[in-house]
Amino acid sequence: MMHNLISLTVWTPIVAGIIVLFFGKNECLARYLALLGAIIGFIFSAIIFFKFDPNLSGMQFEENIPWISQLHINYHFGVDGISMPFLLLNNFITVLVILAGWRVIKHKVALYNSMFLLMTGFMSAVFGALDAILFYVFFEAMLIPMYLIIGVWGSSNRVYAAFKFFLYTLMGSLLMLVALIYLYNVSGNSFDIFTYYRTPLTMVAQILIFVAFFFSFAVKVPMWPVHTWLPDAHPEAPTGGSIVLAAITLKIGGYGFLRFVLPIVPDASRFLAPLMITLSLIAIVYIGLVAIVQKDMKKLVAYSSISHMGFVTLGTFLFVGPIASVWGLQGAITQMISHGFIAAAMFMCIGVMYDRVHSRNIADYGGVATKMPIFATFFMLFSMANSGLPGTSGFVGEFMVIMAAVQNNFIYGLIAAISLILGAAFTLWMYKRVMFGEVNNHHVEEMKDVNGFEFVVLTLLAVGVLWMGLYPEIFVSKMQVGVHDLVVQVANSKI
Amino acid sequence: MVGNSLYLTIILAPLISSIIVGLFGFAIGKRASHSLAILGVFISTVCSYIVLYKVQVLDLSYNGPLYTWLQVGGQTFSVGLLVDSLTSIMLVVVSSVSLMVHIYTIGYMAHEEGYQRFFSYISLFTFMMFMLVLSNNFVQLFFGWEGVGLVSYLLIGFYIKRETAIFANLKAFLVNRIGDLGFLLGIAMVLAYTGTLNYSEVFTQLPVLLNSTLPGTDWNVMTVTCILLFIGAMGKSAQFPLHVWLPDSMEGPTPISALIHAATMVTAGIFMVARLSPMYNLSPTALGVIIVAGGINCLFLGVLGIIQNDIKRVVAYSTLSQLGYMAVALGCGAYSVAIFHLMTHAFFKGLLFLAAGSVIMAMHHEQDMRKMGGLAKYMPITYITMVIGSLALAGIPPFAGFFSKDMILESAKVAFENGVPGGWFAVFTVYASIIVTGIYSFRLIFMTFHGEERFRYVSHDDHSHDKHAHSHDSHGHHHVVEPKESPWVVTLPLVLMAIPSAIIGYLGYKGFVSDSILANSVTNISWYVEHIQNEVGTPLHMILEAFTELPVYLAIGGIVIAFIAHKNPKKTASFVKAINPIYIVLERKFYMDDLYINLFAPVGRGIGRFLWNIGDMVIIDGLIVNGSAKVVGWYSRVLRKVQSGYVNSYATFMVLGVILLLTFCTKLIFS
Repeated sequence: MMHNLISLTVWTPIVAGIIVLFFGKNECLARYLALLGAIIGFIFSAIIFFKFDPNLSGMQFEENIPWISQLHINYHFGVDGISMPFLLLNNFITVLVILAGWRVIKHKVALYNSMFLLMTGFMSAVFGALDAILFYVFFEAMLIPMYLIIGVWGSSNRVYAAFKFFLYTLMGSLLMLVALIYLYNVSGNSFDIFTYYRTPLTMVAQILIFVAFFFSFAVKVPMWPVHTWLPDAHPEAPTGGSIVLAAITLKIGGYGFLRFVLPIVPDASRFLAPLMITLSLIAIVYIGLVAIVQKDMKKLVAYSSISHMGFVTLGTFLFVGPIASVWGLQGAITQMISHGFIAAAMFMCIGVMYDRVHSRNIADYGGVATKMPIFATFFMLFSMANSGLPGTSGFVGEFMVIMAAVQNNFIYGLIAAISLILGAAFTLWMYKRVMFGEVNNHHVEEMKDVNGFEFVVLTLLAVGVLWMGLYPEIFVSKMQVGVHDLVVQVANSKI
Repeated sequence: MVGNSLYLTIILAPLISSIIVGLFGFAIGKRASHSLAILGVFISTVCSYIVLYKVQVLDLSYNGPLYTWLQVGGQTFSVGLLVDSLTSIMLVVVSSVSLMVHIYTIGYMAHEEGYQRFFSYISLFTFMMFMLVLSNNFVQLFFGWEGVGLVSYLLIGFYIKRETAIFANLKAFLVNRIGDLGFLLGIAMVLAYTGTLNYSEVFTQLPVLLNSTLPGTDWNVMTVTCILLFIGAMGKSAQFPLHVWLPDSMEGPTPISALIHAATMVTAGIFMVARLSPMYNLSPTALGVIIVAGGINCLFLGVLGIIQNDIKRVVAYSTLSQLGYMAVALGCGAYSVAIFHLMTHAFFKGLLFLAAGSVIMAMHHEQDMRKMGGLAKYMPITYITMVIGSLALAGIPPFAGFFSKDMILESAKVAFENGVPGGWFAVFTVYASIIVTGIYSFRLIFMTFHGEERFRYVSHDDHSHDKHAHSHDSHGHHHVVEPKESPWVVTLPLVLMAIPSAIIGYLGYKGFVSDSILANSVTNISWYVEHIQNEVGTPLHMILEAFTELPVYLAIGGIVIAFIAHKNPKKTASFVKAINPIYIVLERKFYMDDLYINLFAPVGRGIGRFLWNIGDMVIIDGLIVNGSAKVVGWYSRVLRKVQSGYVNSYATFMVLGVILLLTFCTKLIFS
């Protein structure tokens, strides 16, 4: 069993999802089956986490069997220190999403739960895939459940949101496929990612490949200026959809840069790093300012996500910047994991309020803290984490990236650190208007504090946020060697 | 005790009680909650005094890691403890004041909602403050720094329904974040150039900082770093122009004004600069910046205290002014003097706030001094303790403030004589501010405790209306109730704080002047050390000598002015009228609030709205996304015509696109 743990992590939720879909006439049974599937998947990913040897270089838990041998496509899975934490986070979030929807989702329960399980399996496969086509297949496949989640449970403006999402992803996916086929040819008919790492490429080819990958990953992150699908997609998605979208799907973009872009085209990455750093800094400040004036809570948190993901791309490309800094790379990964917890928590909190008042408008609230004191405490913790308070996970990644930025160029650091003010401004101003003040309408007057399921979900997220803030070493130590491997790969010029 | 368990006890006792009271306070009730919170702080206080004994008498210090927080790029960052003479003084100050405030809170908050929540917060605050002062590295310092900021935010907005309170707490947090921006960049500079964030390791690498310039400029890295770190201190210690949050923080309950916004948190910046004294000593420019910021606080913000009518705001502006004194001492390189004033100030200012709170309770949460008067005979303990606090504040010998302030005057003079940048400004502001201090502190005493009993004349309508607007705790009194002395849980802390306010200057003088108390942790600048070696006298000698020098007469002069103004209200009013243009500027607080609220905030929101509406919606969405959508739509319409059937346009486009691109790609490869 130890040899196919990744397969188990990938296929357990997928199989569970299919079972739920077909045997889910009984809603109660569907819920329990889904939870069971999610928990088993989580256990497998947890085993990987604990069995993972942080001292070993290269991939672990590798599985490699021919899939379509004519085209040299392999069923090749494996994790290193960079991908392994995402596997755990992904499966952890799924458990929470199933729990969060327990009481809230009342129609098409089986479909809802199965879509999330499928999505989890697909995304685990994306993080585990070491074959380019395997990656590509799951990278595309995971969009299907997301389309459905937004399409079926979304609200009024979902057609436009889905269309926008489609256009953005279409552009990226096609270009990535072209890049992969090109790489297949120049690497001597291989879809093995590690072969690509060793394939020499001219600067022009590298830049073209960079551009192709950029469009598919930058849209996912999302980076400025290809970000506008996210603030439209979030308000349309149900709470669970937003949680998965923010916590995991966006990370696939950041992960793509680390797994594909940096090691396959290191020279182009170095060459284009200043551009990417600039885009990231624009994202942090521009989007931070835009977030302040949002009236819709979900849009606000969506913009806040873009701003925080700016630190991910900033850290990633600082790493290949003028002064290569491991701080940036580790900061980027840490920021992704941390943002997984925080964004999930923020959307969960908004979901809790939405279920009671059925509004995402900040103006429809006020004085919620007096009605929901327990909820207010959780929301305060997550808001502070979103503002990057030390002691919460939100601080660690930003801290590391800002350190890396100042090592490179003081101005980079200065601009990135403005997020300290903007993050607090948009998060706490929202908190003030929603939670504090007098209760001024009867919807808020009738709000009841969190129920058992919500309490469990929020508690688990709070543990994650605090644990990673107070003792990040437990995650960061696992990624040290993986990061070192990447450092070595990126250091070599391929021209 | 073994190893570091004593220090861990200090840190963990308030944390544990805070968590228990915070999570289970509703279940265990008020009595158990406050007992537990007080027990936690009491344990810390006892241990703090043991630490003081160990460090000062047995000369045992400690510096070691607790656990590894993070390892990056071969560098290890640990949560660690540094216990030296500076820490020992800070521990005693923080724990003593915190203990007094905890006891006082039982009386002050007795009838308030959220009693347990309040105790949980102030215990958490005590924990964060301990983390801050016990830290042996910059990261943990920043953790404590932001942690106290968080609790301050929660407590300023304690009355979550009151609009002014929740405005004030957001303002406090954001203004502090401006400071933290500088602070974090300062930390990043230290890390970038020295490769470590551990104090002792950084101090061994100071030449690296001193001998580098910021790339692309000729700015000295040491100066840049020190100024950046001081920007953090400007936020937390409310130095001009980041002081605007402190007067508004008075929206919080009075016990926290005493603990957080007078005695401990606001002195964190002073502590930080003293802790980093080896760095600041190497940058005269940074010291000059500190002098200017401190001097402005000291005199100009002190002046604002004279025109306030809210009893707590008078004390708040006096805190700004006294923080300015401390900053001036820092800027003059006399760090131990700054810490001395920090300590005496913690006691007398804490006392003044607690006494003001006692008055506010007697007045049923009325804070306007124009509606008080003649309270001395109703509340003698509050009166006497508050007079002691005010004498200490004004710097009248032999009270505590006299000694520390006198040393600040000395160090300012020495700095001026040694040609320190801004030295003249330091001397001018600290001397001028003595009169100002005398005026506002005794204006408060006269208006509150002497003269007419104005609370009897407040019209009923006005009174109840006012209560509704300003008070969180309307008892529904529409008639005047005789003011009475507060219960013992309130007066006991007053008395216990009044004792050190009276004598601690006398006791501490010798140690702080000769630097023996802060030996090995604070490095005073060389000219100060040379000067002081020739100047040390006994405290008694100091008191006698004081009457032959100017400062005492300036202070007495201030008190006399306050007295004359009090006795001649009509003449005072006509004087105010005569200087009306100046008065308006003072009333608008030098327009600093307007700058933030009416300029920075709206401009920030305006830019945000512009970027959202124009950048995102018009340019990116309108032109690029919807533009390409239109192109896709156009293609699909064409394709539909061609294929004359129901074909999913997107899928068609996708297939076509793939074919096109594949062709292109294949050509590229095989050409």
